[in-house]
Amino acid sequence: MSPTLVVILVGCLAAASCALVGSFLVLRRMALLGDAISHAVLPGIVIAFLLTGDRAALPMVLGAGALGVITVALVELLNRSRRLKEDASIGVVFPALFSIGVILISRYASQVDLDLDCVLYGEIAYTPWDLIFFGTTSIGPKALWVNGGTLLLNILLVGLLFKELKITTFDSGLAASLGFSPVLVHYLLMSAVSVTVVGAFESVGAILVVAMLVVPPATAYLLTDRLGVMLGLGIGLGMVSAVVGYGVARWLDASIAGAIAAVSGVLFILAVALSPRHGLLSKLLVQRRLGRRLAEKLLLSHLTEGPLVAADVESRFGWSARRLGRVVSRLEGAGKLRSAGGSLHLTPAGSDEGR
Amino acid sequence: MDPLSFTARNVLAGATILGVTGGVLGCFALLRRQSLLGDALAHAALPGVCLGFLISGSKSPIPLFLGAMAAGLVGALFIVAAVRWSRVKEDSAIGIVLSVFFGVGIVMLTYIQRLPGGNQSGLDKYLFGQAAALVPEDVQLMAILSTIVLVLVALAWKELKVLAFDRDFGASLGLPMRRAEILLTLLLVTVVVVGLQTVGVVLIVATLITPAAAARQWTERLGVMVALSAGIGAAAGIAGAMTSASVPRLPTGPAIVVAASAVLVVSLLLAPQRGLVWAWLRERRVTGRIRRENLLKDLYRIGEDRGDWGRFVSAPQLMGVRGVSAPRLATSAGRLSSQALIERRGDDLRLTPEGLDRAAGVVRKHRLWELYLTRRLELPSDHVHRPAEAMEHALDATAVAELERLLGNPTHDPHGRPIPGGSKPGVASKPGVASKPGDAANGGPQPVPDDVDREVRP
Repeated sequence: MSPTLVVILVGCLAAASCALVGSFLVLRRMALLGDAISHAVLPGIVIAFLLTGDRAALPMVLGAGALGVITVALVELLNRSRRLKEDASIGVVFPALFSIGVILISRYASQVDLDLDCVLYGEIAYTPWDLIFFGTTSIGPKALWVNGGTLLLNILLVGLLFKELKITTFDSGLAASLGFSPVLVHYLLMSAVSVTVVGAFESVGAILVVAMLVVPPATAYLLTDRLGVMLGLGIGLGMVSAVVGYGVARWLDASIAGAIAAVSGVLFILAVALSPRHGLLSKLLVQRRLGRRLAEKLLLSHLTEGPLVAADVESRFGWSARRLGRVVSRLEGAGKLRSAGGSLHLTPAGSDEGR
Repeated sequence: MDPLSFTARNVLAGATILGVTGGVLGCFALLRRQSLLGDALAHAALPGVCLGFLISGSKSPIPLFLGAMAAGLVGALFIVAAVRWSRVKEDSAIGIVLSVFFGVGIVMLTYIQRLPGGNQSGLDKYLFGQAAALVPEDVQLMAILSTIVLVLVALAWKELKVLAFDRDFGASLGLPMRRAEILLTLLLVTVVVVGLQTVGVVLIVATLITPAAAARQWTERLGVMVALSAGIGAAAGIAGAMTSASVPRLPTGPAIVVAASAVLVVSLLLAPQRGLVWAWLRERRVTGRIRRENLLKDLYRIGEDRGDWGRFVSAPQLMGVRGVSAPRLATSAGRLSSQALIERRGDDLRLTPEGLDRAAGVVRKHRLWELYLTRRLELPSDHVHRPAEAMEHALDATAVAELERLLGNPTHDPHGRPIPGGSKPGVASKPGVASKPGDAANGGPQPVPDDVDREVRP
């Protein structure tokens, strides 16, 4: 497999698995818990590394997964104790855990290949050469297996628990009354986020994980009102970001992970502006149409009391001559109004509508 | 004396300055529930740092500071715009700005590092912070900016205070809340940028929030909280700087955060009013009392149904009343028998005369409250048991007297059961007096079926 293909594939796999669980984070307003987990797994990775002495995938995933769940539990514990609000709970937990991770690395693991920069922005460019061995034969790049594995796991989770995830996300009260356990689903989802984060962590770095968890699902959220569609769109947008981001990074000779995050941001801005139903542009168009309709109705209803001269209308409504001109010409075009001798008259059709 | 090295002095000064300013500003961020805004601003500053470097071509602090501030502000604006102009919620908006700006910053950083000479730019120290790289000019700039920040906080104290607690109230008073918001964001950006070099992008949020969260546990007053938070921030800064100076390979930023987090843990557990340890002890005391009162009441009810309080009640029967486990029952019973309120014979229990008196008091509160709910709130009589289960443990003597007065010294609850221990002689008098344990023939309150006499309204 060519290195380029491996990098793009790793990016796409990570994007897809992040989007699957990230969509639920976005909908549950827990996007920042994803941020917290992606930083807080660091000590788990380091501890697993220190215990086993090598960078085997499984202990690291387990260590990170455990720390992810601990993070969520700690945040919830603080939150439920009502001593701190949720944002503050997140804001104190993950820096503390991250600090412990950084200290462990610098004290005990600084000679080895656990690079701090890598932790933050990953080195997806090196993934093709970090191979995994089965016995002595190489079975391909490690990142492909790890990210493929987490994707499979997430597909299983979302596939099997789609109904449960959906109902606990949108109406946890109803879910509880129907006998689903929102707490259980919550922890399952958070475990999945932790595993996903750590799977993607080594190849794309903590911050890009946040970008992949949050940005494509948020973009998809702007484009659809249906959960299934949102999941699909999120995966698609994540993959597009990965592919385009890779191209941009090659072109600038810069960080691939950073470029992927940047491209996903551009896609988000496009969606904010252009989304058919929730976009700024469509809102603007609707507003303009309504404004025109209102002006037309206003003028017609005032003319039912008799013809008016243009200057009179302008002062009455505070309109400029140009604005009045536009309204009049639209109404004339529709055959509801005619102007004769400097004053405005209703046609029969116009007086019907004005009343 | 152990004179600090030149580097260590710089680090110590930088960490202390950051601790104070971060602690002060963190209080406002915390109270406004914008704890993670600082995190987003720190990440958003990175592309600004790179841009400052690209434009000035040097790593002198001022262009980098300016670039970081500009980018941080743009990030803050993006969050506001995304929340206002799209249906994305604030948490997602913060996550998006944080990761996308940082991604752009990383792209620029790696781009710069591949430029000729860019590798020595040392910009990557902004990622994790490298306090050891602080030079006196950096510290001077930090000191100047922090002074400006603190002076502005003092000048706008009233506005910031109202903003922190009740923005709408401030707006209704005609205070310039919008401007206060902008000022607070500006100040936050400044502090974040001041701290970037010392603790790095990821950990900035902790220098803001962790001291503030710790200080919050000790007081209910903003002034005290801000002062405490500044103190905790400074102490954590000093502790972190000193340990990292004396322990090899211990980075300063994480050491500061761990120190502040330790203070937070202690505060959460042990602060006088809000400390979780005290709350836990209080709760244990109260639940113990409630369990004992429930046991007394259950014994009373069983005796009432039998028309005889003198016979022993078996432990399994008591456990069955409200699903109490055997060890719990034993704990409550042990305590009650040491107070001579119950008598034990093996596992079987019965009330002593004092116990019957006490139990009657609990039942009395329960039934008075039931009656109050049916009469005053006009709740149906089958809806009042549960609330009364809670209130019987909470009503004090004054409240009971007031209830009696309001209800006109009633004799029966809405279910027709007698209310024991009334002050009017003759009716439903104290069961302990009317009927001694083991003296069922003496009468005492007679059990009444639940469905009798639902209409007890006056």
